[in-house]
Amino acid sequence: MKHLLLMLALWLLPLTLRAEIDIHTFKTPQQEQLYTQLINELRCLVCQNQNLADSNAALALDLRQKTYEMVSRDASRNEIVDFMVSRYGEFVLYRPPMQQNTLLLWLGPGLFLLVGIGVAARIVLRNSKRDAT
Amino acid sequence: MSRYFIPLAGFLLLLVLLAVGLNLNPREVPSPFIGKPAPSFTLPSLYGEASISPANLKGEVWLLNVWASWCATCQQEHVMLEYLIKRADIKAIGLNYKDQAGDAKRWLERLGNPFQSVVMDTDGKAGIEWGVYGTPETFIIDAQGVVRHKHIGALTEPVVQRELLPLIQQLRKEATP
Repeated sequence: MKHLLLMLALWLLPLTLRAEIDIHTFKTPQQEQLYTQLINELRCLVCQNQNLADSNAALALDLRQKTYEMVSRDASRNEIVDFMVSRYGEFVLYRPPMQQNTLLLWLGPGLFLLVGIGVAARIVLRNSKRDAT
Repeated sequence: MSRYFIPLAGFLLLLVLLAVGLNLNPREVPSPFIGKPAPSFTLPSLYGEASISPANLKGEVWLLNVWASWCATCQQEHVMLEYLIKRADIKAIGLNYKDQAGDAKRWLERLGNPFQSVVMDTDGKAGIEWGVYGTPETFIIDAQGVVRHKHIGALTEPVVQRELLPLIQQLRKEATP
């Protein structure tokens, strides 16, 4: 019984540690969706491999708040993204726009796939030729 | 021979790519402000002097240093910052970022205050306008009010001697044709 109570107490412990989540209320479900989408797509510049949603850095908290404020006063997705890019550069975008300097980034995986298919095809052809003779 | 050449070339290419990648500093995000007008702010000053806004400073080259008493790197760069301000004889504004007035004053008393004026950005809003993401950050603004340089992280002797001092000199020359 004692053990059971202790276990229960330990289970409840993590709940007290999760008090840091921001609570926001939105006027429409669309706004909430936009907010969630944006904080998942914007990079936190302090811990650079995390997005705003995942990061606990003070800056991420401020930028989430800023995003929330802008969403609440009906700013469009583009306005918010432009706001962030004009201050922190394109580096904040986890989904960068397709343009000249990001072309390789977007097409790179496709190129690698083509090279891979080419190499595989060559090996298969060579082996089938060797088997035939 | 050619059997080994392609994988070897691939390996060397990868090696070069990784070496370059390792030597880049991911903290140095190019600032989108270079060449753009300095963002404005109206903030209370730490010692209650007349409030300073970037628009009032037009006509001379000035420096904005973003710092906080909780920032260890700011303390580390302080000597170099003082040297730069004295050596260049430049108007320096301190943007006290997300700090408490008492802590900020104590910090300046202890380490010396090289700033003409210190403004307080308690909630970090001005910091967002300036795209600040890690203290200390140092901006150089020219006489037309255009941001010309941003240095992220501690000022070091090479940075001050080779980049900032020559830049300030050049900007002053530009201002007086």
